[in-house]
Amino acid sequence: MKVLVPVKRVVDYNVKVRVKADGSGVETANVKMSMNPFDEIAVEEAVRLREKGVAGEIVAVSCGPNAAQEQLRTALAMGADRGILVEHDGVLEPLAVAKLLKTIVAKEGPALVILGKQAIDDDMSATGQMLAALLGWGQGTFASKIEKEGESLRVTREVDGGLETVSLKLPAIVTTDLRLNEPRYASLPNIMKARKKPIETLKPADLGVDPTPRLSVLKVEEPAKRQAGKKVGSVQELVEKLRNEAKVI
Amino acid sequence: MAVLVLADHKDGGITQPTRSTVAAAAALGDVHVLLVGEGAAAAAPAAARIAGVAKVLTGAEAPVLAEPLAALLVSMAPGYSHLLAPASASGKNVMPRVAALLDVQILSDISGVVDADTFIRPIYAGNAMATVKSSDAKKVITVRAASFDPAPAEGGSASVEAAPTAADPGLSTFLGAEIVKSERPELTAARIVISGGRAMASSENFAIIEKVADILGAAVGASRAAVDAGYAPNDMQVGQTGKIVAPELYIAVGISGAIQHLAGMKDSKVIVAINKDEEAPIFQVADYGLVADLFKAVPELEAELAK
Repeated sequence: MKVLVPVKRVVDYNVKVRVKADGSGVETANVKMSMNPFDEIAVEEAVRLREKGVAGEIVAVSCGPNAAQEQLRTALAMGADRGILVEHDGVLEPLAVAKLLKTIVAKEGPALVILGKQAIDDDMSATGQMLAALLGWGQGTFASKIEKEGESLRVTREVDGGLETVSLKLPAIVTTDLRLNEPRYASLPNIMKARKKPIETLKPADLGVDPTPRLSVLKVEEPAKRQAGKKVGSVQELVEKLRNEAKVI
Repeated sequence: MAVLVLADHKDGGITQPTRSTVAAAAALGDVHVLLVGEGAAAAAPAAARIAGVAKVLTGAEAPVLAEPLAALLVSMAPGYSHLLAPASASGKNVMPRVAALLDVQILSDISGVVDADTFIRPIYAGNAMATVKSSDAKKVITVRAASFDPAPAEGGSASVEAAPTAADPGLSTFLGAEIVKSERPELTAARIVISGGRAMASSENFAIIEKVADILGAAVGASRAAVDAGYAPNDMQVGQTGKIVAPELYIAVGISGAIQHLAGMKDSKVIVAINKDEEAPIFQVADYGLVADLFKAVPELEAELAK
């Protein structure tokens, strides 16, 4: 079965973002960009499914600026076969991305789309569920394990209090949680090979999708700062402070 | 127009994050609460007593799946201006699906309500707070419970009715759940949370934290590093990609204080950090810092608290 893996270009998880002085957003110029970490888990899972003989072709898709080609190359170096870039410079909200991906799904006909559960920039945690809704497919979100069983997919999900297992009719959507796998590092030969793999570039207009955001950002601010407190010298002193100063125990 | 809150319920009670969602919703209109799943009817009286709830609707007593629940919410949507749920595993699963079916951009994990169209939500792991205005006619929202004081559990006297029914699209089936039974409070509702990090060095070592938790009546959490290392289940993860908590007291044990962890606990009222590295970033947000080896300090803490 063909697997589609959407990947997002985001500010690297190690970067502490700064809010722009004019409150219009966060500073993204000259900041290290990477593939969203949960999307790396998605690519890894697709590659592992192929190694198990379950998945066939793996197509990586990114909706974003031209530079998102870098993240597609990373996916290709990890094992995806080819890439599709839906190039758009403005803000793309999850609803718009889901609409773009829906058209890609219609063209490509995958049996499974694996996405990260959440992008670490807008923290929306929505694209997978939205794509499932638009396609009328079942969804297995926050997956920690997936197994193909005949024409369905058994997905173990991380839920509050433990785990839940559902069976999804294929085709279906899965979103990845942390424990699904540990993504591999691409080897140098694979990085070299990835340079030769094809990336097709499309525009939202080519796909008949209007990507205009529904949310307007009125302002972006720094959160309230916490002041560092004091060091205590011993456990006894700590407990005394918690009892008599902070009065929380 | 009224607003609809999809509730999380457990053992005949309504979760605290749901009461926080009711508090957020109360600013937007008359609050109706929808209960679905096994135990929905049993939890209805508790939902009806929450202050500010006007009506309780109870649905099918079956395991909750995203696809039929989204279909139900969409069928009810014409009667509501806003549909809200706590940003719990269940709310995060179903609400974006509802939003897409209604052709609406979801407002995830809001931490503030400015007006009926305008909301505040954290982005970049809470390192920035965005005020966003939705141009969609209907709003679909998940609520960051830690940012809203829960609506009082008592004080309401709402009517209870049966919810409408919607056809199951038959896209998925429920196979089972493994829910850990614990006597300890829920992480997102606990007054005190004690969390362990990578320095715990093994899952067995979490026992020393659990002993302190039991004395304090605290919930036990973990950093992503501890979850990654296999020392703690993902369900215990506090952080950007785990649970967001804001207890009165948060005790971070052997946690360095990565951005992604701070995102999940920095709104706690009082933060205590115990770490042997005095340069650890966690000390920059801690009210009380103790530079010490956790394997010595935590048993001492247990002994001192037991006095």
